[in-house]
Amino acid sequence: MTALPSLLAVALVTVMTLALGTWGVRLSRTSSDFMVASRTVRPGMNAAAVSGEYLSGASFLGIAALLLTFGAEVLWYPVGWTAGYLVLLTLVAAPLRRSGAYTLPDFAEARLASPLVRNVCSTLVVAIGWLYLVPQMEGAGITLTAATGAPSWVGPVVVGAVVLVAVAGGGMRSITLVQAFQYWLKLTALLVPAAVLLAVWAADDARPTVGAAGAWSTPLTSDVAGLYTTYSLILATFLGTMGLPHVVVRFYTSPDGRAARRTTLGVLALVGGFYLLPPAYAALGRAYGVADDATLVLDLPRLVVPGVVGDVLTGLVTAGAFAAFLSTSSGLAVAVSGVLTQDVTSRGLPGIRTMSDITAFRLAAIISVVVPTLAALALPNLGIARAVGLAFAVAASTFCPLLLLGIWWRRLTPPGAVAGLLTGGAGSMAAVAWSMGHGGFADSDAWLDVLLTQPAAWTVPMAFTVMIVVSLLTRSRVPAHTQRFLVRLHTPEALELERAP
Amino acid sequence: MAARGDRVRVTGPDRRSRPVPRRRDLHAQTALGDLYLRSLLRAQLRLAAVVVGVLMLTVGALPVLFVVLPGLVDRTLLGVPVPWVVIGVVTYPWLVVLGWWFVRRAERNESRFAELVEELEA
Repeated sequence: MTALPSLLAVALVTVMTLALGTWGVRLSRTSSDFMVASRTVRPGMNAAAVSGEYLSGASFLGIAALLLTFGAEVLWYPVGWTAGYLVLLTLVAAPLRRSGAYTLPDFAEARLASPLVRNVCSTLVVAIGWLYLVPQMEGAGITLTAATGAPSWVGPVVVGAVVLVAVAGGGMRSITLVQAFQYWLKLTALLVPAAVLLAVWAADDARPTVGAAGAWSTPLTSDVAGLYTTYSLILATFLGTMGLPHVVVRFYTSPDGRAARRTTLGVLALVGGFYLLPPAYAALGRAYGVADDATLVLDLPRLVVPGVVGDVLTGLVTAGAFAAFLSTSSGLAVAVSGVLTQDVTSRGLPGIRTMSDITAFRLAAIISVVVPTLAALALPNLGIARAVGLAFAVAASTFCPLLLLGIWWRRLTPPGAVAGLLTGGAGSMAAVAWSMGHGGFADSDAWLDVLLTQPAAWTVPMAFTVMIVVSLLTRSRVPAHTQRFLVRLHTPEALELERAP
Repeated sequence: MAARGDRVRVTGPDRRSRPVPRRRDLHAQTALGDLYLRSLLRAQLRLAAVVVGVLMLTVGALPVLFVVLPGLVDRTLLGVPVPWVVIGVVTYPWLVVLGWWFVRRAERNESRFAELVEELEA
């Protein structure tokens, strides 16, 4: 066994990411390029970029490993992570694009004309972004350790450094290119080894059987707690996708509302296609007698095909895994630093009176990467897919009600929005804190454990209820421009172009 | 729009001023404009509700299905147990079909709305 192909693969992915990032710098001269790629990204490219950004280490490594250990009940994760885009497509995509908002705080402020709502949203974006970034960094550490034997602190530091250079150096345009490239890299890196391994398995006359019947194929435990847990996960993933800061930012780069819809449809196909692969790894892992392995995807090639072929395949999956950590982390870093730029650094810091826009963005990028890198080194590892699942629960309990009611309900008021965001945020964050203390699993069947491990089923309805009730109680605070703003959200752009004088 | 290469100092949408009313918006303040919007909004919301409803009745009903028919776990389809085929494979193309249908209908609603507006203004 040699680590050489894996080391080469990691180096290659890193160099290509940085090269594409640097090349993009020449194209992105203005700060509007930095922020939103000047809104010229076409649906095909944008769909690959959204998918490349979205398919994180949780999808690449985490799902296969959890499927191996827990069986079919984990299938709800990838299904929910895909179906979230269908909900986003139907209720949010086109209106959000037409709102002209770049980030969620922008949307909130434009819709409700309230700086307070904006500040609450900005805080939540940073919280969700960091919550999602930390497991990516931890996963990168595990990957490098499994593939090359490097100490576990190397992964977070390498990913943090590469992301920082790519984001601070090129901004969004280069990131769009990098992300689209990384979707296809990830798909290839998972598909080719899977095909080879399946062929080797099928050609083996004495091939081991999966033995898939029974508990491993049972999609949920048939008691109330099992149903609760499954539906809570479904709710969190179906509704959480629309509230992920790095996903929302991408919609602003579409030229118009229709392109935003078509982009989302493309994402549904690309993400769904990708998720067909992890179960193959889990089944093969089970056939070859792997019991419990957080880096199953990386270890399986060497186990099934020892020798040079196995090492090369391991190199390929390592490249894919590393691409997954890099792409999601840079997408999140762009989103978090966009919010930090607008709300913190461009307002000026003590001691520095004025800063150019690009300096402010770069400073924000540094903050948004360094904090989660340090957290990844210090905090306990929850397991990447579970930790990411919690970020979805927070997004579903906060931004989902804000977006749905903001887009479709005229009576939403600023006090209602703030009350709902704080309630949903507090409930889901309490669950996150509890999970961090308990390793991410319910350690008993006690209802308190079950409710806090998968909080979405109670935090989402609670946030919606509070937002609606408080809005109805503060009717006089409905913003004056509500009607005009809703017209803009739902009117096709083509109409406005034709009618322009 | 600035020519390629010009420096434009913009860091995002201008948040300090209200959205400038467009011609479209002025019409919305009239009773007729309000009527247009309500009808488009209702049509799009109804369409979204139908798609999300179908999603919940199909994919969303799977957990209940497997609880009600626990025997499905031991059945196989092409040698693979039913849960893996249904949840892990069939769901994804189904989501794309639902999405594709939604995009077509949503665009049709919008074209119809555009025609209505133009007819009334002509």
